[in-house]
Amino acid sequence: MDLNYSAEDEAFRQEVRTFLEEKFPKDIGDKTRAGKRYSNIDNGRWQAALYENGWDVPSWPVEHGGTNWTPVQADIFDEECFAVGAPRMVPFGTRLVGPVIINFGSDAQKKKYLPAIRNGDHFWCQGFSEPGAGSDLASLKTRAVLDGDEWVVNGQKTWTSSAQYANWIFCLVRTNTEVKNQEGISFLLIDMATPGVTVRPIVLISGEAPVNEVFLEDVRVPKENLVGEVDMGWTYAKFLLGNERTGIAGVGAGKADLVELKRIARVERKNGKPMIEDPLFQARLARLEIDLKALELTNMRMLSEVGDGNPGAFASMLKIRGSELQQRFSELQMEATGAYALPWQQGPLEADWNGKAVGPDHAAPRAPLYYDRRKTTIYGGSTEVQKNIITKALLGL
Amino acid sequence: MDFGYSEEQVLFSNSLQKLLSDSYNVDVRRALVEDGPGYSEDVWKAFAEMGLLALPFPEDMGGLDGTSVDTMVVAIELGRHLALEPYVPTVVMAGGALKLAGTDAQKTDLIEKIISGDLKMAVALTEPGSRFDMADVTTRATADGDDYIISGSKSVVLGGDLADKIIVSARTSGDTHGEGGLTLFIVDADADGVSRETYALLDGRGGADIHFENVRVPASAVLGTLDQAWSVMEHVADQASAALCAESLGAFAKVNELTLEYLKVREQFGRPIGKFQVLQHHMADMVIEYEHAQSLVCQSSMLADSVDAVERGKAVSSTKVYLGEGGHKSCQSAIQMHGGIGMTAEYELGDFVKRMAISEVLFGDVDHHLVRFGKLSYLD
Repeated sequence: MDLNYSAEDEAFRQEVRTFLEEKFPKDIGDKTRAGKRYSNIDNGRWQAALYENGWDVPSWPVEHGGTNWTPVQADIFDEECFAVGAPRMVPFGTRLVGPVIINFGSDAQKKKYLPAIRNGDHFWCQGFSEPGAGSDLASLKTRAVLDGDEWVVNGQKTWTSSAQYANWIFCLVRTNTEVKNQEGISFLLIDMATPGVTVRPIVLISGEAPVNEVFLEDVRVPKENLVGEVDMGWTYAKFLLGNERTGIAGVGAGKADLVELKRIARVERKNGKPMIEDPLFQARLARLEIDLKALELTNMRMLSEVGDGNPGAFASMLKIRGSELQQRFSELQMEATGAYALPWQQGPLEADWNGKAVGPDHAAPRAPLYYDRRKTTIYGGSTEVQKNIITKALLGL
Repeated sequence: MDFGYSEEQVLFSNSLQKLLSDSYNVDVRRALVEDGPGYSEDVWKAFAEMGLLALPFPEDMGGLDGTSVDTMVVAIELGRHLALEPYVPTVVMAGGALKLAGTDAQKTDLIEKIISGDLKMAVALTEPGSRFDMADVTTRATADGDDYIISGSKSVVLGGDLADKIIVSARTSGDTHGEGGLTLFIVDADADGVSRETYALLDGRGGADIHFENVRVPASAVLGTLDQAWSVMEHVADQASAALCAESLGAFAKVNELTLEYLKVREQFGRPIGKFQVLQHHMADMVIEYEHAQSLVCQSSMLADSVDAVERGKAVSSTKVYLGEGGHKSCQSAIQMHGGIGMTAEYELGDFVKRMAISEVLFGDVDHHLVRFGKLSYLD
């Protein structure tokens, strides 16, 4: 047993740090630390910096631009990125649809879509969830019917992140109503500029509108935009959802949250002393830090024991714990801020805002972040669904 | 990075599992507790034969030069099989204190006997009024010529019932409370003035309150440096805590196995109760707690030998807090999911639950270690 990183891994960490020091746009890191919102341009600048270094699609096969990192290295990369305040890479092109096209797409599709994902020409969003299909995703109803050389698509997608920026959407669509739910679904790539596609933002309790409704009305999609085989989309979707090896636990994000929490607790005062010296607060902070360490070590166990294999129930455990921790961090940050977390301030979160915020500098983002983080135990397979997955494997009932 | 056992550790773990499965079952164990002597001398001798009692000691003293991770491998099995033998007090704690602070003469004299299975020891660090604060010491040792006279009382000493020799902390200078001015002494359990109230703990292992009334010991009984025992005491308590947490993890594995099995076989409303989602989710929570506890146990065992008191202390306190809360909650869930059968003394679940309670409380409960972690982490 040896819980230290190998010399090679440490050298890799150094390489990543040097790259971030030189190439990561510092103003984006400042935004992260100040709790300000990113623009789509910020994401593009960050992706371009990664692209130039050949690090934009690390998980892809080498012939398509991948890096052949070990799972531990990929994890180190994530952690270092969070430490400097890099935004999480928008996953839809690079981590989600890209690998599906690589594994199941035609040569023509690979040639058309993969380079466009990397150079930023195509910005993707994911059309899976529907108003009536949340945790029970396979019950989705958006219909695609073949008419000559085109699929005609009708239906509605929802909770679509980044649809306001995206120019392409990958959708799960029903192509067969005669079979079991899972067996009549196909995986279709749709140009958002096609007539019949309408995007409407959904404002969330955080005050932000990061997700959208996407309406599809008689949208005509070329036949060749279907990935793999007709009615096999559920298999590809499962591959896509299970494809995430790194970043499930969000350890890097948690460490950044901890730094911010301690910073707040040194500024805020209670009984004439910094909050961080209050025994009751210390106990709550300690619990969080201990749970984060347990998560970090368990994540490392998964990476070192499972490697490239199927992480199975491990992944579900890390998703559950990681998302709960993200919520608890935002909660304690908000509580540490006291009554100044209560003024509802959206302006200070915008990058170009020049006004004066109410309360201390750290106050404005607290409530929006707290409410935003409620999503983490819902998306990507809710906590309840993850627990079902864990016990299904264990009980075999 | 590697969380697995070495080949040697796998072999060691397997032979210990075999020994304990062959030697113990629920009836044997309960008879040892109820009819005495509270442990099995045969198993203790078998430990000696397989080298378990030699594990942490240096090779030149006949030891196997093992690490605290090796101790973890052993302790997990002791917990999983509910072994009663005083391994932690004798080998981990007294052995640890001797290794850290003993003179050559003390080591030669005592370690050889521990290894051969002829000497059982205990380490007495807490007092009736001190709760978990090892720096709150009223027991005093006063110099008298070349001797010291020790007076005071120690509480709930694990293995204190069986110990032939006791390592005891006493104040040699300073006020009642303080890390300075403390000294460790090695005292014969049958020395004049030593009396013991012995008892079984919740899980059947023995403990004792030990009273010292004008106990005269020679200067050669001092273990380590006069007035400066604190760092040794803290280190030994950390090693003991790490080992007890590993024991707890072994017992936790059994709690989960028993519960999982019960969910499959117990039928109500015409189906196995494991079909009910509420119970499935409780079970999932227990598995998640177990896996994360295991990660922390690995870390604290890894660092238990470290002389970096801050890193070691944070790792050990983390594990104590995590298992103290997550293990505790899981035990309650396990009993709840078993229903009435989980309440019966006959069924073994309660034995594992009680084993975990010992690890939760000895050497500091959750609150104690939360405060300690906070002090080590947030105060400059």
